[in-house]
Formats: sequence, C-alpha cells, structure tokens
Amino acid sequence: MAQRTVVVASASGLHARPAKLFVQAAVKVGVPVTIRAGEKSVPAKSMLGVLSLGAVHGTEVTLEADGPGADEALDTLAALLSRDLDAEEALDG
Amino acid sequence: MADDTTPHHAGSGGTGADSVPPPGGSGPAGGPWTGATGRLSGLGVSQGRAAGPVLRMAGPPALPAPRAVTDPDAEAATVSGALESVAADLNRRAKAAGGEAAEILEALAMIAEDPMLLEEAERLAREGSDAPHALDAAFTGHREALAALGGYLAERAADLDDLRHRAVAFALGLPMPGLPDPGHPYVLAAADLSPADTAGLGPDVLALVTERGGPTSHTAILARGRGLPAVVACDGIMAVGEGTVIGVDGGTGEIAVGLTTPEAAEVNEADRARRARLAASEGPGLTSDGHPVKLLHNIGSAADLRSEELRAEGVGLFRTEFLFLDRKQAPSFEEQVAAYAEVFRRVEHVIVRTLDAGTDKPLPFLGLPEEDNPALGVRGLRVDRLLPDVLDTQLDAIAAAARETGTRPEVMAPMVTTVAEAGAFARRARAKGITRVGVMVEVPAAALRASRLLQEVDFLSIGTNDLAQYTFAADRQHSSLADLLDPCQPALLELIAMCARAGREAGKPVGVCGEAAGDPLLAPLLVGLGVTSLSMAPVCVPLVREALASLTFEQCRERALAALE
Repeated sequence: MAQRTVVVASASGLHARPAKLFVQAAVKVGVPVTIRAGEKSVPAKSMLGVLSLGAVHGTEVTLEADGPGADEALDTLAALLSRDLDAEEALDG
Repeated sequence: MADDTTPHHAGSGGTGADSVPPPGGSGPAGGPWTGATGRLSGLGVSQGRAAGPVLRMAGPPALPAPRAVTDPDAEAATVSGALESVAADLNRRAKAAGGEAAEILEALAMIAEDPMLLEEAERLAREGSDAPHALDAAFTGHREALAALGGYLAERAADLDDLRHRAVAFALGLPMPGLPDPGHPYVLAAADLSPADTAGLGPDVLALVTERGGPTSHTAILARGRGLPAVVACDGIMAVGEGTVIGVDGGTGEIAVGLTTPEAAEVNEADRARRARLAASEGPGLTSDGHPVKLLHNIGSAADLRSEELRAEGVGLFRTEFLFLDRKQAPSFEEQVAAYAEVFRRVEHVIVRTLDAGTDKPLPFLGLPEEDNPALGVRGLRVDRLLPDVLDTQLDAIAAAARETGTRPEVMAPMVTTVAEAGAFARRARAKGITRVGVMVEVPAAALRASRLLQEVDFLSIGTNDLAQYTFAADRQHSSLADLLDPCQPALLELIAMCARAGREAGKPVGVCGEAAGDPLLAPLLVGLGVTSLSMAPVCVPLVREALASLTFEQCRERALAALE
C-alpha cells in the first residue's frame, strides 16, 4: 500500500473550489485512492466524503492507493493538495 | 408624447388628461388588454409589456406514500438514472452560465454524481425501497452528516436539499423544481421569488408575475434593474394553465390571459419599439424650464457600468455589499481597493454606501446571531457596534482607492438613526481622508432630525423603501400591506419634504436613491418636494428623464403640494 502524507495548503481548506479540483483530479488518475484525516477515511472520488473530512488549511491528510500506477496517482494528488488552490483562483480572477 | 403605437389605448396605463407621458409609453398593441380567457390584475411594479407562455416555478416535490416494489433492479436503475440526469442538467447549465456560477453548478453536479451517494441509494433500492424513497433516504443521511459538522459544511446541507428535490422530482416524473429552462422565451410565474431564485434568471424570461410581494419586494427591484415587466400581488396567477400565453403590463398590473401567438408577437414588437426609443435618450436631467435634477445610477459593481449605458451624471448609490455576498471571510483590504478603484476610474462622481448588511440581508462572514425581528435589529451602520473592523477596513480601502485613482468619491452610511451616529461616522470617514460624507435617511427618527444631521454631514440620501417600511410599520415584503408601502403616502412625502427643506436651508444636496426615484410618475413629485438628485437602476434613467422634461418645475411643485394634501 503506497502512502503520502501532506498538509492541506489551500487557504479555505478542502472545501469549495479546492475540494472540487481535488475530486476531479482523483477521478482522472484512474486508480482508486482513499484520503484520510484523523480516523476518517473516504474515497478521494467522493465529493461528499472529501467535504465530510472537514479538512482546513494546515490539516494533515494521508492519501493511500494500491496496485499499478498508485505511486504516480498519489504524487499527482499530493502535489495538488500542497498548492494553495484559493490563491490560484484569485490570480485567475 | 403619447405613445403613437397605441391607437386603442384604454387609458389604464396612462394618466388621462395629465401631461405626464404614460409610464413607459406602454399601451395595448391592438384591442383591449384582455385575452380570450380573461384577465387578472395585480400590482404593476416594473414598466413595460411582454407576452408569452406562462411557466411556473415548481416547488419541491412531495414524497408519496412508499410503494410496493416488484423489481428492485429497476428501482436501482431509476435511482442511478435520476442522479445522472440531475448531474447532466447541472453540467449543461454550468456550460451556459460560465464564470463563477459555472464553478458552483459543476460542484453541485459532482455531488449528484458522488459514488458514496449512488452506492447508498442503489443499496436501499435493492433492499426494497422504491426509487424516490431510496434517493430521499440517501440524501437525508448525507445531509445530516454534513449538518452535524457545522460551519461551512452545514451551509452545504442546503445544496443537498436542492439536489434531493431534483433527483426525487426526476424519479417521480415531475418537473424539476426551480426556474424553468424550456429553451424558449416565457413569462415566469411563482408564488414568490427569493433573491437566490432571481439570481439565476436567464435571458429567456420575458416578464415576472408573482402571487405575493409588494412594490419594494426583491422581485420588483430585480425586475426594474433588468428592465423586465413585472406584476406582484397577483391573485390567481398560479391557477393559470402551464403554457397559456399571457400578456403582462408591468405598469398597470394587468394580465391578459389567453392571447393568440400573433397578439403576443404584436405586444413584444411594440415593447421593443418603446425600448429602442428610450435607449436613444441622453443628457442631464432637466425640467422643461431648465431646473436641473441630477440623474444618477444605482450600481453593485463595475460590471453594472457598461459604458454605452452610462447616460447618467454619476453613481448615486454604489452598493458595496455585493462584494461581500457568499463570502466565508470578509474580502481583504486589497481586494476592496481594487473593486472600488475599478468603479472610480470609470465614473467621476460616485457615492459609495458602506456595507449594508444585517440579519435581514445576512452575510455569513459577519456571523451575526439570529434575531426575532431582523428589520428592527442590527443592520446597516448598526453592525459597526459589533464589528467595528469591517467599517474601518472598508473606509481605508475607499480612501486608498481614491488616492490610487486621483478621484474624490463620497461615502454614506446606511440605517443611520441619530445625529450622534451620523457625527461619529463622518468623523471616522474624514479622518481617513474622505472629504465628502453623507448619511442615508431610512429611519423616521433621522428624517425628523434632518437639519441637525446636516450640521454633521455634507449630504443626505433618502432610501424610500426602508423609510416607508419604518414609517408605516409595514414589512416591505408583505403583499397585503402594499397600499401602506405606496410611496405616494402623504406621511412619507412629508418626511421627504422635511429633509429637502433642511437641505435647502443648509445649502446641501438631498437625494433619493430608493425605488421611488426611478418611477417616472413619482420622480417629478420628488423634485417638486425639493429633492436635488435621483439615483436609480440604469434602465429607469431614460423614463425619468423623459418624465421630468415634460413638466416645469412649478408643475412638479404643484404635484408635490397636491400629494401632500
């Protein structure tokens, strides 16, 4: 089982736009990934699951996946979580 | 100046022998304003006429009693079909909407497609629930889980309700709740419209008709802002058959039910001609004998300042709360400076109203406690009692934007009640370098002390909607009290006259920025009372300009005196 532990960098936490971008990316990687915060573990493809983690800016989350492609998938998603997606939104605007 | 397209005008939309043009110049496009199946009447709140098929806004679907399931797999298939359709519909609307609205709709679609939600609903269906109940239970479970987490996530519970209604409606074969989106122009009918409903109004909406609401309800304000004909407090509109072609006269409040397609086309053509004539109007506000009255715009952001439409002499009301809506945190100082500077760069004369929020216009980041009586609670400038930083940051940002653009914007505070409040606000704004400071008069207590207020501030701006609500102790959303909210009520006019007199004596301007300012029948009356500027939704400016140009100042004064009788 491959694992990555990252700290959520987005200012608003894993809500709103950052959550949407994360879930979209998790669907795209094509490997089932789970995301865990504390005791709670949910499929990364589930918007409701990800929201229910209540992860805020600075929360440590662990990504897990198995099988071929797991490492690449985790690297992609971990990289996304360690960017401040809210700040990128501001630049878009 | 009577409308030459209306040979059969029955007089209902005009003012008979009076010299004011009929409001909006609207008149029947042939024949009396009635359809094959009759007429309805309500309160016309936004000028103009339109005709088209009426579609109602559907409410949330009621869940019927559980039904015995014979084929659980078929129920599970209905469940997944419903969720897919809801997501597809949201994604389609996201594409059409673009921008920030698209982001929100896409996020909703992702929730509708959520694998955990689907799994749960399918499992319930396979265990013997019918599809609508399986969907309802799955949504309810997730809704409660989110609500229990509190804060931001509790707010998302409302999104789940909306998705639940859509999915259940699909499974029951009912129309999707919310705004219709038939892909052709239509007249929207609803029991009432909330700001959230009206925010999503697309270009297909020809006119609005609601069963409830008064002249200053959200529906009325929105409709005037967009130039959509609208009728509120219209009994019977919800009983008109879906798709029946109706004609709406937003001036007289009359609805013709059962028009033919050619009749409807004629109505819409006549209204297009009226709009084209008005759109060509420009120049400063003047009575026919040259008495100047500043005609100003009410705006919410720079987006409302499409340059080809800025035919007014400035902005009399820049409502800054739009910048704060839907925010979890207050917009930063820098963000505010940028938003204000964008407006200041484009318009020389701008009056910025500081944040006008409260429990009646809640802003999540303020975190104000619920109140039993929000209209009489902590709103407008009163928010400053609890959260002084919000106003300080805002005034700093306005001052910084002014320096950055080399302009001299004016500021005013909403919901000022006492002279002491006005004085404290003025001192704070001036200490930040803002030179011209005013206050809004929305509370009778402030109007009664207008002379003393003007010793503290440079100008007054009267908000007639709230001033009427507080003078007559009548909720502005209450349809059965519409007569009390009529801006022609002498007691309201008396208060306006008192402010105007105080302004004249002090040599300081007194404007009106409420809905009355944009009403072509009322504007001359306000001018006659001594008001020096009128600030209104951009679409109203041509009508008001035309109304003022048709009267002398003395005629305006006569009207004012007659109305005060």
